[in-house]
Amino acid sequence: MPGADTFPRLLIEHARQRGERPAIREKDLGIWQTWSWAQSLEQVRALACGLHTLGLRRGETLAIIGDNRPRLYWSMDAAQALGAIPVPLYQDSVADEMAYVLSNADVRIAIVEDQEQVDKLLEIKPRCPRLELIIYDDPRGLRHYDRETLRAYEDVQSAGRDLERAQPSFFDAEVERGQPGDVAIMLYTSGTTGTPKGVMLTHDNLILTGRGGIQRERLTADEEVMAYLPMAWVGDNLFSYCQGHVAGFCVSCPESPDTVLTDMREIGPTYFFAPPRILENLLTTVSIRMEDASAFKRWLYARCMALARRWGPAVLDHRPVPLAARIGYALGDLLIYGPLRNVLGFSRVRVAYTAGEAIGPDLFLFYRSLGVNLKQLYGSTETSVFVCMQPDGQVKLDTVGTPAMNVEVRISPEGEVQVRSPGVFHGYFKAEGASAEAKTPDGFFRTGDAGFFDEDNHLRIIDRARDVGRLQDGTLFAPKYLENKLKFFPFIKEAVAFGDRRPEATAFVCIDLAAVGNWAERRNLAYTGYTDLAGQRPVHDLIRGCVEQVNADLARDPRLKGSQIHRFLVLHKELDADDGELTRTRKVRRGFIAEKYGSLVEALYSGVPSVHVETQVRFEDGRTGLVRADLPILAAMTVKDEGPRRAA
Amino acid sequence: MRGEVPGPVLLEVRGVSLSFGGVHALREVDFLVHQGEICAIIGPNGAGKSSLLNVMNGVYAPDRGTITYAGETRKAMRPHRAAEQGIARTFQNIALFKGMSVLDNVMTGRALKMRQGLLWQALYWGPAEREEIEHRARVEKVIDFLQIEHVRRTPVGRLAYGLQKRVELARALAAEPTLLLLDEPMAGMNIEEKQDMCRFILDANDELGVTVVLIEHDMAVVMDIADRVVVLDYGRKIADGLPEEVRGNPEVIAAYLGVPTAADDRALKEAS
Repeated sequence: MPGADTFPRLLIEHARQRGERPAIREKDLGIWQTWSWAQSLEQVRALACGLHTLGLRRGETLAIIGDNRPRLYWSMDAAQALGAIPVPLYQDSVADEMAYVLSNADVRIAIVEDQEQVDKLLEIKPRCPRLELIIYDDPRGLRHYDRETLRAYEDVQSAGRDLERAQPSFFDAEVERGQPGDVAIMLYTSGTTGTPKGVMLTHDNLILTGRGGIQRERLTADEEVMAYLPMAWVGDNLFSYCQGHVAGFCVSCPESPDTVLTDMREIGPTYFFAPPRILENLLTTVSIRMEDASAFKRWLYARCMALARRWGPAVLDHRPVPLAARIGYALGDLLIYGPLRNVLGFSRVRVAYTAGEAIGPDLFLFYRSLGVNLKQLYGSTETSVFVCMQPDGQVKLDTVGTPAMNVEVRISPEGEVQVRSPGVFHGYFKAEGASAEAKTPDGFFRTGDAGFFDEDNHLRIIDRARDVGRLQDGTLFAPKYLENKLKFFPFIKEAVAFGDRRPEATAFVCIDLAAVGNWAERRNLAYTGYTDLAGQRPVHDLIRGCVEQVNADLARDPRLKGSQIHRFLVLHKELDADDGELTRTRKVRRGFIAEKYGSLVEALYSGVPSVHVETQVRFEDGRTGLVRADLPILAAMTVKDEGPRRAA
Repeated sequence: MRGEVPGPVLLEVRGVSLSFGGVHALREVDFLVHQGEICAIIGPNGAGKSSLLNVMNGVYAPDRGTITYAGETRKAMRPHRAAEQGIARTFQNIALFKGMSVLDNVMTGRALKMRQGLLWQALYWGPAEREEIEHRARVEKVIDFLQIEHVRRTPVGRLAYGLQKRVELARALAAEPTLLLLDEPMAGMNIEEKQDMCRFILDANDELGVTVVLIEHDMAVVMDIADRVVVLDYGRKIADGLPEEVRGNPEVIAAYLGVPTAADDRALKEAS
């Protein structure tokens, strides 16, 4: 859509060209409610004008907090129409994190979903002196609240409609003043290290990048997309909001975070994005349900999946497949793959991406062998997502594909991946120093990832550049690589590897309560909860098996065989973002963990048989409790050239 | 309504006594429920709390005494009539249809409001279809209110205990009650589930204007959400007032801690 070079202009253009076509959907009271582009525009106009009457001005910020809902997406449109900058926040952030972002971003007005968020903001208001006004969508439970700082979404819109009647050309004039180089949105980085930084992306950054992706995948206005990932995350912004605005397709919001699976099945998205964690949860659900199925069904499933693993990816990539396998696969499609895709909501998926973390080969192959065109993608908030993506038919397990349209990627002499593209961000908010450091003098963004191009010009990422260390004997130690290998086992939810400047590699392991719990039930192993289960000997043996398999794998790679895991322990609690151990996007904060559990790390190297630990945990409502446990230090078999031996 | 003046009297229990053979479940209990309040009934096991609820919605007919509800004074309520007049309840041991979905269970809460006959409903045509859609819309509001969308189609028997309790509350709310009787709505729940349940009860009271009478053992919960607390011990009312007043009442403390008091001695004598 040439000429429409900002989000509000795209919205107006769609309302004119395809006014009656659906723009956004939400399931409410069990029924899908749809708003057309024309209706969306009307909603946005009223809200934008209303926000103007509340004093929201060009260049100011507007915080947006809640689950994916049409009204919150319209809030982004409305802010952008006024030239203000929407700042979506993670809805599950604890109060401290929210206070930091709100005061850092100078937020004066916030639009939130419901009472939960209102309560959180009222709690931190004393720490955010600039926060004046909270606009809420769902009035439930707010009847007795102080009216001073609160406004209902509808009331803001009706004030806006009054302004519109008085000045009918106000909205269009405001949209006219917007420039493609203006900051369109500010997204806070997850903050794997240090405090979060506000990444400013312009309309151009997002629209040009989004359009590049649309052209490469030949997306049309007829795509169906589910918006179910946090609005504060750049992926949701790009795939739902940005590409929806550029291509003009309809975005569907789930009824609640717990109903996504059902809602997906009803919508049948054609273009889908999921971090590995979600794909993994889906697979776990399938596996658990299959284990409860009858013997015949289990047999059929096992047979069909074996066939799919052998031939599915080749069928998907249109590579030559023997006739017998082709017939077998078609039969499997009829009996298992088709129905399974339907249950998962993948029946109509044409393009599916995964990114954010490395994806396990088994997991990745599972979806591809079912006939789901799942591909890996590499990018970051600072690059408006797209850096590299896997082209159709050239999907490999361990690479993230070739550079996206108009994206230049180079590897610095130190091995860091650097990117120059129209999507590279404007700068960090109120952090000129950090902004300057993040880019090279010739305008390349330093991703901080270590990687290299393989023989087919596919990019392969190993780890964060600064995390890559050396063992005492000089062997390469890439912690994330080890952690990912461990996490690829369904029984292991999180892993944290240690080894930099140490004699050998060791690890913390967190079990997956659902998978190990199911495994335990099948063995009549009684347990009361996470801590109890994680402390049981059979579970330790199970995890030891996983670790030893990883070691066997590492032994095959001459560069990595020195970093086999000699000892590990099973943590007594799940790593949790509320305790600061994970980022909000659920990435392990290795440095923080090493410090918090310093005594455990020492125990891994001091030769003691077990270690006592007491940990404060923080519940979602802010209260804290204490978890105690005695953790045994477990040794794993490592593979030497002369054969396997059990480490001391 | 916390902290406000009590509304008009909605239900009055006067001089009610109930016995099963030689066991006196209730003795001369007087008790008022004001419109719009949350009233908690507490007391040790066997104090007659559930019996009192059962008298209020007509499951038991008292031996003596009267019940006044909606301006009518009666010797005993009848369960069907009580339900028609807007008294809904949940049970101590969950009484749901385990094999039916959450949605169907909540729909049964609308049964008394259905006007079409069984045959029409089975045919699902014309007026019956319109009626069903209308009821379904109301049920969906309740499902939204109690946030059980994600289990709408799940058979109740497969749900966790805490969720089943919530479904039971949903069914009671689907009947659009004036007076809601909750028999230990939070028994067996963990802290988080209890907090949610408290929120829902307060919201039902606040947003839907439902008057609530609940039996609860968790004193923290009672002190948090109740406007008024009635204490029973051995079938006798030993206290009735604001939560703060009741908490300091020595007789109540004794009843809970088991210190013998004059009332206890009397009860023991009567029993023997």
